[in-house]
Amino acid sequence: MTNLVWLVPLFPLIGFLINGIGWRKMPKGAGGVIGSLAILASFAVSLGIFFEVKSSGTSTVVHLFDFIQSGKLYIPFAFQVDALSSLFLLIINGIGFLIHVYSTSYMHDDEGMVKYFAYLNLFVFSMLLLVLGANYLIMFIGWEGVGLCSYLLIGFWFKNRDYTNAAKKAFVMNRIGDLGFLVGMLLILFNYGTLSYNEFFGQLNGGTVQLSPNMYNWIAICLFIGAMGKSAQIPLYTWLPDAMAGPTPVSALIHAATMVTAGIYMIARSNALYSLAPMALNLVAVIGLATAILAASIAIRQYDIKKVLAYSTVSQLGFMFLALGVGAYTTAVFHVMTHAFFKALMFLGSGSVIHAMGGEQDIRSMGGLGKKMKITSITFLIGCLAIAGIPGFSGFFSKDEILAATYAHSPIMYYLALGAALMTAFYMFRLYFLTFTGSFRGTHDQEHHLHESPAAMTIPLIVLAIMSVIGGYVGLPAVISEHHTFNTYLASVVTNFGHHHLEHSTEWMLMGLSTGLVIIMIIVAYNATKKPNFKPNTGLAKVLENKWYVDELYDTIIVRPLLALSSAFDRFVEKMGIDGVVNGVGKTVRWGSDRVRLLQTGQVGFYIFIMVIGMTLLFTISFFWVQ
Amino acid sequence: MSTYEILFWFLTVMALSCALGVILSRNPVNSVLFLIATFFAISGHYVLMNAQFLAIVNIIVYAGAIMVLFLFVIMLMNLNADTEPQKNRLVQFAGVISGGALFLVVLAALRTSSVNVLEQSPTDIGLIKNLGKTLFTQFVLPFEISSVLFLSAMIGAVVIGKKEEAVSEIKN
Amino acid sequence: MPIQYYLFLSLALFCIGIMGTLMRRNAIIVFMCIELMLNAVNLLMVAFSKMYNDASAQIFVFFIMVVAAAEVAVGLAVIVMMYRKVHSVDINILNRLKH
Repeated sequence: MTNLVWLVPLFPLIGFLINGIGWRKMPKGAGGVIGSLAILASFAVSLGIFFEVKSSGTSTVVHLFDFIQSGKLYIPFAFQVDALSSLFLLIINGIGFLIHVYSTSYMHDDEGMVKYFAYLNLFVFSMLLLVLGANYLIMFIGWEGVGLCSYLLIGFWFKNRDYTNAAKKAFVMNRIGDLGFLVGMLLILFNYGTLSYNEFFGQLNGGTVQLSPNMYNWIAICLFIGAMGKSAQIPLYTWLPDAMAGPTPVSALIHAATMVTAGIYMIARSNALYSLAPMALNLVAVIGLATAILAASIAIRQYDIKKVLAYSTVSQLGFMFLALGVGAYTTAVFHVMTHAFFKALMFLGSGSVIHAMGGEQDIRSMGGLGKKMKITSITFLIGCLAIAGIPGFSGFFSKDEILAATYAHSPIMYYLALGAALMTAFYMFRLYFLTFTGSFRGTHDQEHHLHESPAAMTIPLIVLAIMSVIGGYVGLPAVISEHHTFNTYLASVVTNFGHHHLEHSTEWMLMGLSTGLVIIMIIVAYNATKKPNFKPNTGLAKVLENKWYVDELYDTIIVRPLLALSSAFDRFVEKMGIDGVVNGVGKTVRWGSDRVRLLQTGQVGFYIFIMVIGMTLLFTISFFWVQ
Repeated sequence: MSTYEILFWFLTVMALSCALGVILSRNPVNSVLFLIATFFAISGHYVLMNAQFLAIVNIIVYAGAIMVLFLFVIMLMNLNADTEPQKNRLVQFAGVISGGALFLVVLAALRTSSVNVLEQSPTDIGLIKNLGKTLFTQFVLPFEISSVLFLSAMIGAVVIGKKEEAVSEIKN
Repeated sequence: MPIQYYLFLSLALFCIGIMGTLMRRNAIIVFMCIELMLNAVNLLMVAFSKMYNDASAQIFVFFIMVVAAAEVAVGLAVIVMMYRKVHSVDINILNRLKH
């Protein structure tokens, strides 16, 4: 089955081609069916591959064809099938399939539904390339592909200017990160002559090419800049909240479960490199922690249901990078998996709410939806419990592992991370209480329209909710069981860095502390939202509501000067310089021809005169110059 | 100087001065007469070189037919010295200069060329018998085609020269 | 006589002809100067034929005369027609070639 791994990206590609070419003619339902079936087929093959890898525990490189062969540079188009990539395959295809099914119902009013599924399939194809690639170049191809699909899908309702601007913003910020990625790739290529994982990591451990420690740091930092852009860390995170302009299933798939986790995948894949670059790891941890805190603080005062979830995603990504930064690579991947479950669940739930509210997204107009939308409400609650880290749910296990690893690395960072986790619990439950409990605050028409969503939307919610509960049991902490299924599964590929052996008592204490504080935060949130009073915010709350004015800061420092520079170029270089030269040539020719035209007097005598002159000249030349 | 040389120089001077007279005289009738005189001088040169046939043909065709035609046209248009348009001085000057320049250039080019001296004894090739033989053996094709040329020239002249109404009738 | 004399004589006549075509504004005079140029060439040809004892040059002169005669016929017809239109034979008036 491993040899058939090329089928996995092939199915979504075929789905993309069929939907993409025929979208004007096809009936809407057909597009959805084709798209979903493609992902289902991929999932089936991924399942087979997963079980094979799990039982054999080996990594295989499946070579497809020679991609680049130029001089000494040889880059094959090959897929790497091992524990890490097959796990990601399951996540992408599984959650992707559920979201495809959800979309068939969510998007069924939209005219461009088939086009939407084409884009979705293309996205899955690119993401699969990203995780399956056996060298950095294939990963980069997938990297760019998901960036493109993100742009296409964010700006899906392209008639709205704000949405297309958001899409542009996402793409441009991604691109900035990609520059770092490219530089990192080039550094690797320059120093090691290869981009394949096996060769590169083998040389790192074997040590045939010894570089200065700084070089490892530089490469690691450059690659991390790419991750910053793709996975929305400081300073390149502002695109993700704006990306909520796209359809909600898109937000669920791309901006919660898959694309934004590409950065974590990349660092986890390159763990051999990062373990040799402690300075880079510190940078990763600090930025991850800062992002987590910043995004959580902003989420506390947001009123759009999707924006809260977006900032929550940024914050959780910060947690994942924090885990990577303290060397707990497998923990970060574990959190990727659990986060994919409950975040996708909550996004799809919010989609269900928006659908029921007829397009309204402001939670100040919601309230008491739990009575009319039971399934959505219960599954959303499960998601909130998971993200807050209540014991028993998947989020508890992964987040707790992160906190434990942080504590072992540096207690100060632990307390800051704990603060971010508490803020997470607060804003998440604030969102839940304001939306689903209390009394309805919207208009009369909206109240009449409220209904539970159709089965195609609720069944994925239920499935994801189940996964959010049981998905954590593969990663039981050491205090409960010696057998950490998740870590042993990934051990063949990912080696954690640093020793995180805490005393068992310390671990119990940490777990108890976090759980207790989280429960307190939930009660605080309940009290804060019992009698909602939406006065205009002042002071710190106002700053939080305006996202710490970061967007405005970027606008002043970067955007305005660039625009001024570009308009200066336009005036001076383009209009005066280039146009001047090009038009000038035309004008000169015109002027010259106007002068020459005067030779045509029409008088025969003049012509004969010129003929005689010409003859004389010819004679002169032929007799006296030619030897 | 032998007779030959005297005749040669006399004919040369006559040719040159009559040619100058053609271009310098104001009355067009005078120009025609000067040109006829030039033709006579040139025919004299032909005779000197024993090209008898050509000498006679020159007189008959050129001086006798072509120049008469010119005179007819001039008479038709009633041109005389007062109606003669004059080019402005600058143009005349330019014309003289350019013609003179050409003259000098070719002169300089041919100055150093080494060419034979003409035989002074009379040769036979100018006799009509010999010319005829060459004409009707080697050059018979151009000879025949020249008849076609004349035909087309005649037709052309008649067509062009017709009166206005008839011409426009043909056009319509 | 050395051939150079005939050469220069012919050249002189030719250049006089050129000067005439450039200097005069009367179309008929211009035409006549062209005839003068043709004759200069004829003279030269005959001289060369005597030098090389070749008859074909004189035959060529013969054909030149043929062509000259045809040309005069047509040319004078054109001039007559032009006179009918504009009642003048000034070549400066004929500047339609400008367009």
